[in-house]
Amino acid sequence: MGAQVKIKAKQLSIGYQHSAGETIVASGLDCSLRGGEFVCLLGPNGTGKSTLIRTLAGMQKPLAGELRLSGKAMSDIAPRERARAVSVVLTETMSSGMMDAYSLVSLGRHPYSGWFGGLTAQDCERIEWSIDAVGAKPLANRQVSELSDGERQKISIARALAQEAKLMLLDEPTAFLDLPRRVELMSILRDLAHRENLALLLSTHDLDLALRFADRLWLMTPGGDLLQGAPEALALNGQFAEVFASENLDWDASSGSFRTHPVACLKVRLEGEGIERAWTQRALERLGFGISEDDGEAAFSLKVNKDAWEVERFGLIQNFKDIESLIEWIRSVDWRE
Amino acid sequence: MFLLSICLGSVNFSLSEVLQTLLGHGDADAVHRQIILDFRLPQVLTALLSGAALGTAGLLMQTVFRNPLADPFVLGVNSGASLGVAVVLLALGPIGLSLTDGLAGSGQMLLILASSGGAAVTLFIVLLLSRRVDIMSVLIIGLMISYTIGALVSILMFFSMAERLQSFINWSFGDYGNVSWSQMRYFAPAILGGIALSSLFMKPLDALLLGDRYAESVGTRTKQVRFFVLLGASLLAGTVTGFCGPIGFLGIAAPHLSRYLFQTNNHKVLIPASILVGAFLSVSADFVARGPGLDVVLPLNAITALIGAPVIIVALVKQGKMKRLF
Repeated sequence: MGAQVKIKAKQLSIGYQHSAGETIVASGLDCSLRGGEFVCLLGPNGTGKSTLIRTLAGMQKPLAGELRLSGKAMSDIAPRERARAVSVVLTETMSSGMMDAYSLVSLGRHPYSGWFGGLTAQDCERIEWSIDAVGAKPLANRQVSELSDGERQKISIARALAQEAKLMLLDEPTAFLDLPRRVELMSILRDLAHRENLALLLSTHDLDLALRFADRLWLMTPGGDLLQGAPEALALNGQFAEVFASENLDWDASSGSFRTHPVACLKVRLEGEGIERAWTQRALERLGFGISEDDGEAAFSLKVNKDAWEVERFGLIQNFKDIESLIEWIRSVDWRE
Repeated sequence: MFLLSICLGSVNFSLSEVLQTLLGHGDADAVHRQIILDFRLPQVLTALLSGAALGTAGLLMQTVFRNPLADPFVLGVNSGASLGVAVVLLALGPIGLSLTDGLAGSGQMLLILASSGGAAVTLFIVLLLSRRVDIMSVLIIGLMISYTIGALVSILMFFSMAERLQSFINWSFGDYGNVSWSQMRYFAPAILGGIALSSLFMKPLDALLLGDRYAESVGTRTKQVRFFVLLGASLLAGTVTGFCGPIGFLGIAAPHLSRYLFQTNNHKVLIPASILVGAFLSVSADFVARGPGLDVVLPLNAITALIGAPVIIVALVKQGKMKRLF
């Protein structure tokens, strides 16, 4: 048997109930999360990622279907007990005002502390462990309002960790962060899931990072389906492309990234090797050129050597010392003639 | 401040005279004893309790409404309590109830119930409406409810007898001198009870600072907490308003000054701090209003505004980030 199932949904319908009826965002969802599993939830805007996360967290009632937390029906679980089993990091910022980071993280101990919220030595230990686990030790005594977005996000995650829940749900925790911070956060979370045996679900728009870090992906489609599988499997069977491809965007399965459609249909014959060739190709694609193997249809041919770019056009040869001047030249020529 | 306030007034006493009288073995003459024990002491005690109550009520409202400007006055609680009092004083007055005549026990209870009830009803209406609108609109709704209730009170006043009217107008200036020892039996327990009730919710109040969803995610029953906290706030603000009139600014000034002094939003610190700061401001305001050495007594509300408004401005400017408080 594999690791323990922390949460399981059967034929789940998610959405909103209001006086006029209900708005169904997605229905018939079957999914589960196991301990030690880092799952990324992907999907275009408006497919219901946040709604799904709030429903799984028990903050929003499912419209239909069954939701079981560690084998118990979600609706039967008291708030305090639920708080010990599920922790969340939401998109809404915690409006914490005048509070230092340590106090904010200590709020995560509420499900364990007594009526007046006094902290035991064990509570303090867990708080310190949580702050340390996200690498936020130097931030502990700073005021939350003075922290940067990335630092605040770490503290939010530490607060969720302090809850000591085996299921942790994060709604777009990497939004607003720069790339190095995003990578750092993803690797912290993945390591936590593996090391602490947490079931961790994270929604993100960062396809590239999700592909690199997640143990499994959940893909929410615009049609309201939930596709699941290992990142590589979804990339290979084309489901990834299907969900995200749009009129002017192509999913390139070989590089695992998106590419805009070429604007012009001019081709360039490209020769050369190594990193220089790769970046030259990117530059050409960005400028709207396709790459061709055939001399005949190419607008010009380009030979990339170690430190020189040699262009041959209408039989004339031009040399460029660096890629910068090559790009400048390409942009200065009127290619429509 | 407490002692100073007992010592000085239209008649001045020495500190030792006051202390000896308070400790019960003074040999001061009977008139002085009476002034100290029957007038000064209850008045200063009332000021102390009222300040503590209003400071706490203001803090609770600011947290529950997540609004730094929330206080009993802005949210229409004072008006709600006034309506309760107006009904008792003006409409029921003809059956023989009056504030200054010293009401019998049942009348006192009626007054507390009427003003707290008026406060509670207003507060829950504001809370109900506030779920549908943003933070700024809550303040506007509170003000509009104040105006509406003010209008109702005016109509009541229009149909009232002149002497009843005078006692209502005096009441509306705010005065800590109305609470006699016999009334203190109801006033003090109501306020201590309100403070005790609010203190029970220090932990969930901290959680509420994060916003409802996060509060729920750590197991807080937000609806329940909000209900009891607002009940406490109504009891506190309503009782004070009922006995002493609508007293402005203490409710907003005390929590802000406490936050500024202690640089925290933790309710374990802020509740006691607001109680102390509120009590201090209140006793000071009462002290100034009685104009020691002068023969006049100024309207208390004028003094709390003169002290409270600058305190709020200074606290906000120094913090420079009111928006980030909540």
